[in-house]
Amino acid sequence: MPTHFIVHDKADTVGVVVVEDVQPGEQMTGWIMETDETITLKSLDRVPLGHKIALHDTKADETVLKYGHDVGRTVASVGQGRHVHTHNMKTKRW
Amino acid sequence: MGSHTFFGYRRENGRVGIRNHVVILPLDDLSNAAAEAVANNIQGTLALPHAYGRLQFGEDLELLFRTLIGTGSNPNVAACVVIGIEPGWTGRIVDGIAKTGKPVAGFSIEGNGDISTIAAASRKAQELVQWASEKQREECAMRELFISTKCGESDTTSGLASCPTVGNLIDKLDPLGATTCFGETSELTGAEVVCASRAANQEIADKFWQVFKAYQEVIDRHKTNDLSESQPTKGNIAGGLTTIEEKAFGNLQKIGRKTKFIDVLKPADAPAKGPGLYYMDTSSAAAECVTLQAAAGFVVHLFPTGQGNIIGNPIEPVIKLTANPKTARTMAEHVDLDVSGILRREMTLDEAGNRLIDIMIRTCNGRLTCAEALGHREFVMTKLYQSA
Repeated sequence: MPTHFIVHDKADTVGVVVVEDVQPGEQMTGWIMETDETITLKSLDRVPLGHKIALHDTKADETVLKYGHDVGRTVASVGQGRHVHTHNMKTKRW
Repeated sequence: MGSHTFFGYRRENGRVGIRNHVVILPLDDLSNAAAEAVANNIQGTLALPHAYGRLQFGEDLELLFRTLIGTGSNPNVAACVVIGIEPGWTGRIVDGIAKTGKPVAGFSIEGNGDISTIAAASRKAQELVQWASEKQREECAMRELFISTKCGESDTTSGLASCPTVGNLIDKLDPLGATTCFGETSELTGAEVVCASRAANQEIADKFWQVFKAYQEVIDRHKTNDLSESQPTKGNIAGGLTTIEEKAFGNLQKIGRKTKFIDVLKPADAPAKGPGLYYMDTSSAAAECVTLQAAAGFVVHLFPTGQGNIIGNPIEPVIKLTANPKTARTMAEHVDLDVSGILRREMTLDEAGNRLIDIMIRTCNGRLTCAEALGHREFVMTKLYQSA
């Protein structure tokens, strides 16, 4: 079974797709590196290699956690399994 | 993993290089043509043309001198010919490099013209290259190796695997007395608190904060937006990185999990506190950063990339590693080490770190990097502000 996405830290709200594109509706296997756990998630979008996918439903203006740290905020509501990128997430800096 | 010794060139001042260049170093933009002509005349020499050196002043001028003197002084350089438009500043570069004890000679163009200068400098360059060609490598210890790192065209695979691979190497080689260096001040934005916590003590943390805040002020003064498309770059964004904070945490993986940094260096400043990890205040632009690290005396560079930055440096070999399987496949000629197996769970981080140590030692022993084989020689000076 391939690992479709990797999560740095148990607390993270996003994972990173590590295969070359997942398709909408694809059942994915994920690996949480910190705890060495395997989790599953259904993708709702086409997500390219290296792009993020939401692990939970999130409202607008919530903190996105990766590496267990604050890496920005959502600027739209994001459903579990959705692609997370510049269209729904922004920096809190500069 | 192979042995932790390598074969290098021991220089007059005791420092060890892994390449044996004879450099033709122009002081200023005007002297590039003569420097390139000398390098064309004499096989085995290397000209380092650049864009600056005229009417600079203050801290910016000091940085120019530090960068040029440091480049000539780097142990990867056996000997150096300096060419400048006038004798004053040319002599200052020559005197600075001469402190290492290596052979260095200066030539100036005013009152002589290009053709006579090129003839005289070529005769000297021939003598130096023949002298340098007899130098032999000898076995050296890891504590004699100066290693720098900087990542480029990062994507999320950089933070997952290729940057942590460099971190694994640093955590393994720091106890053996290697001298290592990271930088990229703007690219710590968002992870600056975690970075400061990796300072060896409060005094060093305070020095880091001073440098970090000064860089933020530069960005605040000049920015026209939130730096979207500059930091992160278009390539970073294409690779899935969304914000500077996300990029910063990936970047910081390069210093490993436990190694502390023992000092904060100004751009191109040589480390002065002995073995250990150093933080240098640099731009996050690849060629600028590596040029400054080479000028500080680092002799081998570890460069994780995600989307495929192709940078090299004329005097400091740049070893490229990627964890992005697509980049490893589509840009194979640029990739010295493919660690994408970490993402497929076929390779552990520990194994990847050992493979990087192995390819680094082979590079130190003389193996050409991809960037060297492809002729990448990006030599880019950092300029702090306008010239007078």
